[in-house]
Amino acid sequence: MADERFDAIVVGAGPAGTAAAYTMAKAGLKVALVERGEFPGAKNLFGGVLYRQQLEELIPEWWKEAPLERTIVEQRLWMLGEDSVVTLGHRNEKYKSPPNCWTGLRVKFDPWFASKAEQAGALPIYETVVTELLMQGDQVVKGIRTDRDDGELEANITIVADGVNSLLGKQLGVHREWRPHEVSLAVKEVIGLSKQAIQDRFNLDANEGCTIEIVGQTCGMAGLGFLYTNQDTLSLGVGVMVNDLKKHRVKPYEVLDGLKQHPMIKKLIEGGEVREYSGHLIPEGGFNSIPPLAGNGWMICGDAAQMVNAVHREGTNLAVTSGRLAGEVAIAAHKAGDFSLRTLSAYNDAIRASIIHKDLKKYRGLHGLLAYENSEKLFNQLPQAVNDAVYEMLLVDGKPKKTKQKQAFRQLKDASGGHNMDLLRLGIKGWRAMNG
Amino acid sequence: MAEQRKRKPMIGLQTDGDVDWSEYRGVMVVVEQRAGQAKPVSWQLLGEASRLAKKLEAPLMALVIGSDVHHLAQEAIYHGADKVYLCDSLELGPYRTRPYSRVCLHVIRTYKPEIVLMGATYTGRDLAGAIATHLPTGLTADSTQLDVDEDRLLLASRPAFSEKMLATILCKQFKPQMATARAGVFEALPRDESREGEIITVAPQMSVDEIATDVLEFLEAADRVNLEEAEIIVAGGRGLGGPAGFAVLEELAHELGGVVGASRAVVDVGWIGHEHQVGQTGATVRPKLYFAIGISGAVQHVVGMQNSGCIVAINKDPEAPIMKISDYAIVGDLFQIVPAITKAVRERKAAGWAPSPFSATRQEQPVPAGQ
Amino acid sequence: MLHIVVCIKQVPDSREIRIDPKTNTLIRQGVPAIVNYFDLHGLEEALRIKDEHGARVTVVTMGPPSAEKALKLCVSMGADEGVLVSDRAFAGADTLATSYVVALTVQKAEQEWGPVDLVFCGKQTLDGDTGQVGPGVACRLDIEQLTYVEKVEHLDPKTREIIVHRHLEDGVERVKAKLPVLITALTELNEPRRASLPGVIRGTRYQPVVWTTNDFEDIDRSKIGLRGSPTIVSKTWVPDPRAVNTKVLEDESTDAAANHLLDELLATDLPQKLGWVKEAVSVG
Ligand SMILES: Cc1cc2nc3c(=O)[nH]c(=O)nc-3n(C[C@H](O)[C@H](O)[C@H](O)COP(=O)(O)OP(=O)(O)OC[C@H]3O[C@@H](n4cnc5c(N)ncnc54)[C@H](O)[C@@H]3O)c2cc1C
Ligand SMILES: Cc1cc2nc3c(=O)[nH]c(=O)nc-3n(C[C@H](O)[C@H](O)[C@H](O)COP(=O)(O)OP(=O)(O)OC[C@H]3O[C@@H](n4cnc5c(N)ncnc54)[C@H](O)[C@@H]3O)c2cc1C
Ligand SMILES: Nc1ncnc2c1ncn2[C@@H]1O[C@H](COP(=O)(O)O)[C@@H](O)[C@H]1O
Repeated sequence: MADERFDAIVVGAGPAGTAAAYTMAKAGLKVALVERGEFPGAKNLFGGVLYRQQLEELIPEWWKEAPLERTIVEQRLWMLGEDSVVTLGHRNEKYKSPPNCWTGLRVKFDPWFASKAEQAGALPIYETVVTELLMQGDQVVKGIRTDRDDGELEANITIVADGVNSLLGKQLGVHREWRPHEVSLAVKEVIGLSKQAIQDRFNLDANEGCTIEIVGQTCGMAGLGFLYTNQDTLSLGVGVMVNDLKKHRVKPYEVLDGLKQHPMIKKLIEGGEVREYSGHLIPEGGFNSIPPLAGNGWMICGDAAQMVNAVHREGTNLAVTSGRLAGEVAIAAHKAGDFSLRTLSAYNDAIRASIIHKDLKKYRGLHGLLAYENSEKLFNQLPQAVNDAVYEMLLVDGKPKKTKQKQAFRQLKDASGGHNMDLLRLGIKGWRAMNG
Repeated sequence: MAEQRKRKPMIGLQTDGDVDWSEYRGVMVVVEQRAGQAKPVSWQLLGEASRLAKKLEAPLMALVIGSDVHHLAQEAIYHGADKVYLCDSLELGPYRTRPYSRVCLHVIRTYKPEIVLMGATYTGRDLAGAIATHLPTGLTADSTQLDVDEDRLLLASRPAFSEKMLATILCKQFKPQMATARAGVFEALPRDESREGEIITVAPQMSVDEIATDVLEFLEAADRVNLEEAEIIVAGGRGLGGPAGFAVLEELAHELGGVVGASRAVVDVGWIGHEHQVGQTGATVRPKLYFAIGISGAVQHVVGMQNSGCIVAINKDPEAPIMKISDYAIVGDLFQIVPAITKAVRERKAAGWAPSPFSATRQEQPVPAGQ
Repeated sequence: MLHIVVCIKQVPDSREIRIDPKTNTLIRQGVPAIVNYFDLHGLEEALRIKDEHGARVTVVTMGPPSAEKALKLCVSMGADEGVLVSDRAFAGADTLATSYVVALTVQKAEQEWGPVDLVFCGKQTLDGDTGQVGPGVACRLDIEQLTYVEKVEHLDPKTREIIVHRHLEDGVERVKAKLPVLITALTELNEPRRASLPGVIRGTRYQPVVWTTNDFEDIDRSKIGLRGSPTIVSKTWVPDPRAVNTKVLEDESTDAAANHLLDELLATDLPQKLGWVKEAVSVG
């Protein structure tokens, strides 16, 4: 065992853990930041949108020095039919000053963020896997055990931020194996393409970026695709609910390959070279899966605590906020010299008062919807029907517009189950899930 | 020792000022031997060096160092050398860096060759590195192509970045220009006993009691897998299905006098030892004949064997990438084909490598151009 | 106590360098920098000697400031000190210039921390790939070199005797020498250790000693960097993929295919090259 003691140990140098370490180190606490990767972000994956606001509460104007890809000025939603697309988009010059969000790559962003924590005084311990929490009795956490020789390290507080699979969360009993309907599996490719080609194909200026969220053509499974513009690469990926993958016996990269063949996407990625390929789980349990967040000597944050807003693909910002809040509670505990649940439960309260709670609560019905509705219907028949309907509407073929409108409506209705009531039911359910 | 060394000027630094290199003429090959037996690479280098010497219109020299190695001086002449410098002395029996390098330095400084070549063997690299530093001069390691230009510059080309690129390296500033070169790349001249040349004896440059290292023994490793120097390699991959599959390969290798190679995939699962691995993280090989059996031909494998003289691929998948870089591609099940080849080899050998009875039916076909 | 110097280099992991098929240039982007892995075997051997006999282990590297990371790794494994020799003036060095600066560094380490008994180098680097720096350093320091060592059989700090096994193509040589010696390490030598947790903490906090040209009193500036490097890379290119006219043998029976292959082979100059036959075979 290392002879020295730390005030706090943070497990996982993702956005959540690093935010916690930064917060505490800046306040003068002696912090160790433990990460299993060769460096932070080495193996981490996300779609690629980083938001300004929450991190600014930690590091004002962070975005002026952080390695970011492009400032997002346009967000599109694509509903794919078999060889067609219905698009919806919003572009606004206001997104530039101040920027709302950027595309980014974890291999660049995570090391930068962690270096800030390091500069603030946190001690990085990388390529080190935390294998378990050191417990006193079965109540109190007093540090960690790692996979290195003499690998124990003690601290007053341990902050668990080890991501979606949270091994330590399982040890704490606040976490169990995800059930297939609580997580989706995402695969992503980073595709190299010249800056000029990206700017031409997406109608962008030098530092402007665009995001496309994709519904449909996921082999009839619940899932979303995405295509984001980076400086000289594109991030193309798709996340599919694990229960659907199991049911359909499809491999996630097959879904991605399918998307790459879609005529609308093929044009955008043409001539590009695949640079990276990776896969990752996304917690989709949302509000209903958030575990107890603190105990004697420990707090848990970020993905490990299921704090992801799957609908708006927001995760890093919730992770940063939860990490910051945990860090602040740790500072208070340090001052008070009390590391028991009595003090640390303030973290629970802080989360409840924060935007994380509100946002996740808002969408809590969504997963119920996904679980009980037929995903073939939602993610295949409906987008296809929308495409067919629009096709009909716009096709000039001598039929009166009124007939066309009826036809289009019928197509939508059929896709949602055949009855007028079905379409209505689906509409209401969907509305509730998003706005409940 | 710190004190003592500080006062001495460091080796390998010569006084400034322009040096007249024009006296340096000729190409020299340092002959490597063990127990009086020359390494084949030495004769291969003499073959290539004779081409360079002709282009330069300069003499081809050889340097033979050892104990009881006079016959090698003669052999060097049979293999193309015009002049052979011979240093034959008891203490030079086993190779040791210092006494050997002192002789080399003396010969180079006295007889002034413009190019000095050695095999890129363990011993060649050990010696070349020491000599080049002493002289000092530039040294290119591991060359696979050699040439000279009109300014008498040696163009030594070598693989770089795990065999993915080739780089040509020059040394303009100093003479001699030095390079080590890989075994099996160049071709020896046919041994010609009618050739004549001059043998010049050279005295050892270090007394016995100055030599501080002692070779206690040499343990020959007869079973060492020497892929780098092998002329025939029979390599197998995942298509073998299991460690037992290698028995089939061994039989063919045995019959041909070849060595068994392997892809990383099978080394990783432990079907055969790492010393058999060909490729980027294994051995880079250049046999005259390479069998790729049940190997798909991933780039990491191909970089290690693409310079083989002739490649025969056996694979049940006609689209396997290995097929495209092979001279002969046999599509089918290796467990049928390989034993059939082994059998055919046996028959041919028994008949003194005569053509097979089958070939009669092929007489009418156009004659294969071969390599 | 023994003083051991280990020479290391931080290199791009050339196994991961790819060639851009369109431009035929190297794609270096995203290629990780690692400690040349042969060097880690040298370090491990030094640390084993330290564990057994007690020794001071100094790691030295000539390289850019970012090579500091490599030294931290070595310290986390158990080295006592790490020296980074870094200066713009060293850039562009070939093996001759590198061995000069590395040898000067060993001498300076000797002045700082006592006489050096053993120097470890790697067999070769992944990027330079020459294996010449080791012999160069030994030569300049005027000490014995024991290259391609796969085992240290015996080391007696009192009698200063060392016996090692040198790996050769056709066997193994047992060699005895007196310290000081320079050893170049093969991967067979040992299995490098993983740093312990206290080691990582020490390595992370460790600040390497940094020396520049100004720290070497009588350095000869014409012998360093590009200027001191006699070899010049005049050209690099990507070799053409093996251009062959593949003959596909899809005979009706396996025996026919096998014999067909042998006929083909016998018709080339292979039999002659391989010594299967004495005279050239006429095509049959
Ligand atoms: C495909 C995809 C697209 C996404 N798109 C977006 C997006 O566009 N915008 C957005 O804001 N969010 C997005 N997210 C979500 C976002 O990536 C996560 O919510 C966020 O990274 C969570 O941060 P974290 O710090 O909690 O966990 P992580 O980022 O997962 O970090 C956990 C860290 O802990 C380390 N670790 C784990 N176990 C151990 C252990 N035992 N010992 C030591 N270290 C350990 C890991 O190596 C890792 O570095 C996306 C996610 C995915 C998968
Ligand atoms: C950094 C790195 C370094 C690497 N270094 C190396 C290296 O040094 N050397 C190396 O080899 N690889 C290396 N690899 C691995 C390489 O990428 C391939 O994975 C490996 O070469 C594949 O081995 P294989 O051809 O035996 O297996 P596979 O690719 O699985 O091919 C098996 C082949 O056998 C054929 N087959 C199956 N059954 C039969 C049968 N009954 N009869 C005939 N044919 C049959 C199949 O059609 C197939 O083509 C490296 C990889 C990486 C990432
Ligand atoms: N820049 C350097 N600094 C320190 N040691 C080096 C350097 N370059 C090479 N070496 C050592 O010399 C060995 C052989 O290198 P090379 O001759 O480049 O193949 C390496 O394994 C290192 O131990």
